[in-house]
Amino acid sequence: MRFDKPATTNPIDQLKVVGQPIHRVDGPLKTTGRAVYAYEWHDPNNRYAYGYVVGSAIAKGRIKSIDVTAARRAPGVIAVVTSDGVGELKKGKYNTAKLFGGREIQHYHQAIAVVVAETFEEARAAAALVKVDYIEEKGAFDLAAAKDTAVKPEEGGSDSAAGDFDAAFETAPVKLDQVYTTPDQSHAMMEPHASIAAWNGEELTVWTSSQMIDWWRTDLATTLGIDKAKVHVMSPFVGGGFGAKLFLRADAVLAALAAREAKRPVKVALPRPFLMNNTTHRPATIQRIRIGAERDGRITAIAHESWSGDLPGGGPEVAVQQTRLLYAGENRMTAMRLATLDLPEGNAMRAPGEAPGMMALEIAIDEMAERLGHDPVEFRIVNDTQVDPENPERPFSHRNLVACLRTGAERFGWQDRSKQPGGRREGNWLVGMGVASAFRNNLLVPSGARVRLDREGIVTVETDMTDIGTGSYTIIAQTAAEMLGVPIDKVAVRLGDSRFPVSSGSGGQFGGNCSTAGVYAACIKLREAVAQRLGFNNAEGLVFARGEVRAGERSMSLAQAASDEVLVAEDRIEFGKLAETHQQSTFGAHFVEVGVDVATGETRIRRMLAVCAAGRILNPITARSQVIGAMTMGVGAALSEELVVDKERGFFVNHDLAAYEVPVHADVPHQEVAFLDETDPISSPMKAKGIAELGLCGVAAAAANAIYNATGIRVRDYPITLDKLIKGLPELS
Amino acid sequence: MRAFSYQRASSIEEAAKAAVGTEGAKFIAGGTNLLDLMKLEIETPTHLIDVNGLGLDRVEPTPEGGLRIGALVRNTDLAADERIRRDYALLSRALLAGASAQLRNRATTAGNLLQRTRCPYFYDTNQPCNKRQPGSGCAALAGFSRQLAVVGVSDACIASHPSDMAVAMRVLDAAVETVRADGTRRSIPIAELHRLPGDTPHIEHVLERSELITAVVLPKPLGGKQIYRKVRDRASYAFALVSIGAVVQPDGTGRVAIGGIAPKPWREEAVDNELANGAKAAAAKLLANARPTEQNAFKLTLVERTLSAVLAEARG
Amino acid sequence: MQTPGALDISRRDLLVASAATVTVAGAGSLAHAKTNTSAAPAGTKVSFTVNGERRELELDNRTTLLDALREHLHLTGTKKGCDHGQCGACTVLVDGRRVNACLTLAVMHDGDEITTIEGLGQPDNLHPMQAAFVKHDGFQCGFCTPGQICSSVAMLDEIKANIPSHVTADLTAPSEITPAEIRERMSGNICRCGAYSNIVEAITEVAGRKA
Repeated sequence: MRFDKPATTNPIDQLKVVGQPIHRVDGPLKTTGRAVYAYEWHDPNNRYAYGYVVGSAIAKGRIKSIDVTAARRAPGVIAVVTSDGVGELKKGKYNTAKLFGGREIQHYHQAIAVVVAETFEEARAAAALVKVDYIEEKGAFDLAAAKDTAVKPEEGGSDSAAGDFDAAFETAPVKLDQVYTTPDQSHAMMEPHASIAAWNGEELTVWTSSQMIDWWRTDLATTLGIDKAKVHVMSPFVGGGFGAKLFLRADAVLAALAAREAKRPVKVALPRPFLMNNTTHRPATIQRIRIGAERDGRITAIAHESWSGDLPGGGPEVAVQQTRLLYAGENRMTAMRLATLDLPEGNAMRAPGEAPGMMALEIAIDEMAERLGHDPVEFRIVNDTQVDPENPERPFSHRNLVACLRTGAERFGWQDRSKQPGGRREGNWLVGMGVASAFRNNLLVPSGARVRLDREGIVTVETDMTDIGTGSYTIIAQTAAEMLGVPIDKVAVRLGDSRFPVSSGSGGQFGGNCSTAGVYAACIKLREAVAQRLGFNNAEGLVFARGEVRAGERSMSLAQAASDEVLVAEDRIEFGKLAETHQQSTFGAHFVEVGVDVATGETRIRRMLAVCAAGRILNPITARSQVIGAMTMGVGAALSEELVVDKERGFFVNHDLAAYEVPVHADVPHQEVAFLDETDPISSPMKAKGIAELGLCGVAAAAANAIYNATGIRVRDYPITLDKLIKGLPELS
Repeated sequence: MRAFSYQRASSIEEAAKAAVGTEGAKFIAGGTNLLDLMKLEIETPTHLIDVNGLGLDRVEPTPEGGLRIGALVRNTDLAADERIRRDYALLSRALLAGASAQLRNRATTAGNLLQRTRCPYFYDTNQPCNKRQPGSGCAALAGFSRQLAVVGVSDACIASHPSDMAVAMRVLDAAVETVRADGTRRSIPIAELHRLPGDTPHIEHVLERSELITAVVLPKPLGGKQIYRKVRDRASYAFALVSIGAVVQPDGTGRVAIGGIAPKPWREEAVDNELANGAKAAAAKLLANARPTEQNAFKLTLVERTLSAVLAEARG
Repeated sequence: MQTPGALDISRRDLLVASAATVTVAGAGSLAHAKTNTSAAPAGTKVSFTVNGERRELELDNRTTLLDALREHLHLTGTKKGCDHGQCGACTVLVDGRRVNACLTLAVMHDGDEITTIEGLGQPDNLHPMQAAFVKHDGFQCGFCTPGQICSSVAMLDEIKANIPSHVTADLTAPSEITPAEIRERMSGNICRCGAYSNIVEAITEVAGRKA
């Protein structure tokens, strides 16, 4: 199905199942420990061996030699596969750093060997016996030091301009010119990367933890130099990803190579202290923002430049993209520059680009509002735009940022915010409120599905879509139930298997809208097949409800259509030019109240509210969970999360969950979320848009602005830890 | 983790004998720190003596009016003990500020005292660390040192001691009771248990090999207002940047020890006399010989301000 | 709940997994420990009860309680999130108390009674805490969830037993169930999906029902 005209009325609009607060259909499995994750696949007919990874001890250089003599002799060891032994392997399309193979070391903890043994304990012990001789080389690890060597990235679109920024900024009566920094961050999902690989002749089956089944399958085939058709990837349950599992990772490659060598299925999980340097991370940025405005608050000039680093062949963190679209202003420019750094690979983490971009932009907006003497909510509203500011011919498909801000301000009690920073004190707490807009683009990715109807009237949906905690199982079941007029407990959903049609996968907050749109397309086909089978003239006027198919007086049971044989329909949604003619984005407003300890500078979040406008909400329970989860990640970004770079030795030092501090229960208060009641027919037949990343974009800045409001201290370097506040806090008696 | 043999000891004598007779033997109680380090091969015992069956898990009154805490009393049980809550609130508070409920359910009194630093370079066997590998250097000095010590440090090591409980024990002037392999017993004042790094940061305490802590003894209660204030980035489940244990009497005199800033719980008895003169004076004296790095110099201000808040609370 | 799809795959493996516990438990490591040239025995016999069932294993001494459950007994509901006591995903109950199964050796639990998530309830017979997590959407990816649930069950018992917490205002007064108490006491269970706000609501509901 090609989606190239705005959606009109369709069966989803019934909202009997879609849009309803239905509890997760995989809930009983997950809460009882019966959901089976990658490392847990167990077939008693197999004797699994255990692989334990060895990582590079240096950040950059070459392997002179690897001595595996002692490791091979260790108890229980079956095989040792080394990087220099395997030789160069082809790199997957989506990987920047190679995952394995060859003698070059590109970053710390890059995988250089896997030791296979009968047990996990034996493999781990033997891995420590692998001796490696390196030729170490000097590397570049410091973004600030490398900033001046940064270049315009090869891929286009790094620079944008409209009007004459320089001239407008020069003459603007009120101006801001500030630099902000965001640190490297780690996805830190709870399930470490893990794979089990089993060969059957030339055929490889990998049970893994992947957000994007087809990307993994393709890149695994490429890396191993085998035919993609011979690779079977399964990932029915994923213990979180946030972008860390978008692209093939070393565990799958190592498990496959180890299993081939050991001639047995091999399990490989990346140890937690190894994850942060072995895999990808959200790259640090240095961002310069300049804003010029008239005294009435209208922005006349806005510029956003960002510097980030990555390994050769990598790309920039696209931290400026929201600034092209979020606020009005005739004269504007953005630019991104990329430095070469020899740190681990930078890549997508939840809301790549907008998450760090909004961390900076939304402080700048707060600062600008203050310079103008305007309320930060009103300043944002004054600068709303309903068209792409660079190209006013191009409207937003649907944009209601203003209502998000107004609704949020009212619900949060924004009028009680002290206008004077440092003006509210409760006991030992300095209390402040902050606001930020939320903005994230709505991406559209083709997505396929297969739908079966059997003689019991059970509808089975098969797609290689993944559920990484997003609720895919549930919203896909809702979609099929709505489309075919059956209760949700008559729908089976099978996900995360490369034998199923290729879906959008889970990333870029496109998975919910696109994968259900793909299921919609397949269900339309199935409705046609049902109509034909039951002898109706055409499917269009048919009503599918209560397990029946009706046209006027005539009604038959849906199951009857499959009485002889199972009915199968497959289709995929493809998106036409609507994304070009219309700018599709999602909007929101974040409100945060903080307390800052007047003595120590410890910041604790007291209240949080997000108001979101993101098209139709397919399931208010799972959508709300996406938003509160993103808000929680935003708390971490604001207050504690930073991969600390050792600029001499070239690695992230705090590479475990004790030293890289993500929020815990005690850091997060009760969270409020409100959704505007809206649909976006230009987005898809579901009229939905993404939500999972919108919830993150702006949270940290809202907290930063609240800290400023509480203390009068403006911190422009994340995370805002107490050491950055303590010198500016009031004298104690 | 290297292979090791394992033995469940049923008496102190058996444990001590096994320890002295086996090269590379270590006692294991809660195991929450030892196993963590064994997985990374920072600790590599060849033999583990499980002392959980020794019955050292009671809190009993002493003739002097204090309490004898068995070495194996779990952190949870000690924090919840009614006598501790009533008479040594500082200790209960310090325990509850540490780790998580799950860890406190396993971690023991003796193990808590002997836990090792959380310096990230100590934890990464690819990096130089004089404590882990004597003579290899200290990567923290020029590296990531935000969490690390500012006083009591040396050119060889700036690791900080991570225990909260030990800070309270130091304020309370607890004593550590041990038994050696030959059966002799001794009592070590908590102030003398931990060593400063000097040139030998790998030697962290004065216990002999195979010497087993059997109890920690608290003198009779101090009364006064007892406060444990832990400052950290996360609100829970995080090590202290700075912590302060204080007992302040109604007349303004008191005792104070600081955590998170030194290789051991940091207390100078002379500073106690300054408390009446306010936090600034006391902190200045405590930190007179501080040698902070650029990254952890904030701790000097933080100690002073936190102490100020603690004293204000005590005056309450 | 009957949604065959999600269940399809996992149910099959569930059957597979439970069958395997009978045949494979405890096998792997010991065969090879014998080839170890070191003189000291690297394996030990241990016997404990898991979810009411007596289990005897001969294990490599290095095997954590977590790996004994997951790799030997194939009770994979208990998760390995960090293996270093930094996340709480491996929380199980040992003699009724919550512990990190990753930081304790299996051989140290001779005679102990262990309860895992599988012992609390089953998909068609949920424990009240499991049902409350489903109702309040107290999870997303589900990986920290078994640990969160085991932890919450034990946590309510700790409050009942008058064990204080870091946020307990008065150490000499009985412990109370408040949102602040729940948040502090649950802080040893990290949820990166960020379901905390919903988890607290689930626990509060169960606590209310209990009271």
